[in-house]
Amino acid sequence: MSTREKLPCAVVLAFAAGLGTAIAAEGQRFGQPIAAEDAAAWDISIAPDGVGLPPGNGTPAQGAVVYAEKCAACHGQKGEGQPNDRLVGGQLTGDQPAVKTVGSYWPYATTLFDYTRRAMPWQQTKSLTNDEVYAVSAYILRLNGIIGDNDVLKAMTFPKVAMPNRDGFISLYPNKK
Amino acid sequence: MARSARRLTGRLPLEPVAGNGLLDRRRLLGGSALFAGAMGVGVTTSRTGAAAEPLTDDPWSLAPGITIPPYGQPSRFEAKVVRTLTNPNLEPRPSAARTPHHLLNGTITPNGLHFVIARGGYPDIDPDKHRLLIHGLVRQPAVYTLDALHRFPMVSRIAFIECGGNSAPFFSNEPIQANVQALHGLVSCAEWSGVLLSTLLEETGVDPRAKWFLAEGADAPVMNRSVPLAKAMDDAIIALYQNGERINPSNGYPMRLLLPGYEGNMNIKWLRRIKLIEAPVMAWNETSRYTILLPSGKAWQFFFPQEVKSFITHPSPGMTMRGPGFYEISGLAYSGNGPIEKVEVSADGGQSWASAALQAPVLSKALTRFRMPWNWDGQPVILQSRATDEAGNVQPTRAALVAERYQPKTVPPGTPVLGEHFNAITSWAIDPKGEVTNVYA
Repeated sequence: MSTREKLPCAVVLAFAAGLGTAIAAEGQRFGQPIAAEDAAAWDISIAPDGVGLPPGNGTPAQGAVVYAEKCAACHGQKGEGQPNDRLVGGQLTGDQPAVKTVGSYWPYATTLFDYTRRAMPWQQTKSLTNDEVYAVSAYILRLNGIIGDNDVLKAMTFPKVAMPNRDGFISLYPNKK
Repeated sequence: MARSARRLTGRLPLEPVAGNGLLDRRRLLGGSALFAGAMGVGVTTSRTGAAAEPLTDDPWSLAPGITIPPYGQPSRFEAKVVRTLTNPNLEPRPSAARTPHHLLNGTITPNGLHFVIARGGYPDIDPDKHRLLIHGLVRQPAVYTLDALHRFPMVSRIAFIECGGNSAPFFSNEPIQANVQALHGLVSCAEWSGVLLSTLLEETGVDPRAKWFLAEGADAPVMNRSVPLAKAMDDAIIALYQNGERINPSNGYPMRLLLPGYEGNMNIKWLRRIKLIEAPVMAWNETSRYTILLPSGKAWQFFFPQEVKSFITHPSPGMTMRGPGFYEISGLAYSGNGPIEKVEVSADGGQSWASAALQAPVLSKALTRFRMPWNWDGQPVILQSRATDEAGNVQPTRAALVAERYQPKTVPPGTPVLGEHFNAITSWAIDPKGEVTNVYA
């Protein structure tokens, strides 16, 4: 029964793909071409090797000021969490529930910059300057003991931050569990 | 199949096919034969004894009625058939809305009842201003308006979407007493219509270095995920319609990514950007979230398909049986790896099993309704369902699934136990009073 049911879908897919080819062959385009630099305003993702990190810099001390004003209400005075995610400390094994934080769990520092810039603070996303994102990232990494008081985070230094759980993940793609 | 149904018609008596009163599912195909047979062997009880009241015309049978509205809503008597909300006042935290599977039947989720997880609320997008950007490792980056997308050939596909965190309460060390909406309400199914992503990529061209693509939404946190390019070339759809109408705002209006069978959050809502890339970006939702911690302290990452699963919706926890007699056990089965091959039901906690009837059509990566006739004798029972997909994957027991994952031994009171990709067998106990509860069996 299931084999028979699958057939119409496969036929439709092949048909649609064929039509796409036909449109391309006709030379007709429906998308508006855009220059790569004109797409830059939306191109905010950052790769783990640091590609995409913007100009700017920040230190833990500068970040402490930003954090107290923009982050502490949801993440605690020193990243201890409540009402929202804990950002500091934690452990992944043992009898107690695991506590996944930036320090205990996140494999790449670039994710911290990326997520803070795109999604934080909750009430007003994308409102922090790049310097502020570098600074508050530095502060959170400092609270976790991952960088020092005098470290300056910027595009060149960020991907070099050694995250404790860098090797903590097993990819299930394309592998199976 | 039709021939065997005819052959079965009228065959008596109605024999149990597994413990505690599970009956032959093939009786369902014979229609009235089931009930003729049931009466013949005295399966129905004497509770039908009292005669019905004489019939009269009610007021609605005597007046012209209410103006037919431009957009129809369910009957006012169905006001309880709604999603449950975790964040009704939009506080600074995620929002979840769960599908009331115990109050629905069939397999298609009405648009207003489709589950939602959002980091905030939903964005109020003006479709005329919305753009989809495709760029990165393509020959020609391009921007698509909604009008432009409507110039392409479209496809329709019925597909389930399930949150990676659906059924997380079952990771709790003690069974949590809640209804099927609270326990399994983060899966829904709709007919999605739109343009195959592969069709759009024919127009932009693909750089051979591209192995993944990044998809990103237009909501406030512009949520993003990395997806293998192979999925784009297989069955990914830029969906514009949900059950025939434009996508519901909380499910991605005016367009979302549909990745049939893949973890819910990857089906990016309010889609505004696709970037072809060489390697995953290690987004928040593929590192901090939706990674599965193992006993070793390591975690699985990029666990894409929602694996074979089923659960019984009727009866289910919170319901009370109306005394012994005939019932139809029914529920939902699905697999992110393909069509459902069979669903077995047990009424004795897994000691004996019988195959349920699968309601046609059985579609790949869509919800499948299963049905099982049952004569409850009023004694304690434990109902379970176990699905197998066409690839031969079988739904595991809870014990086997939990043993594979990191599981805390002690949990401070009030601490929710979180986890993802729970697809194990779930068990509903029914006591002699007819009350249905969630148990670990």
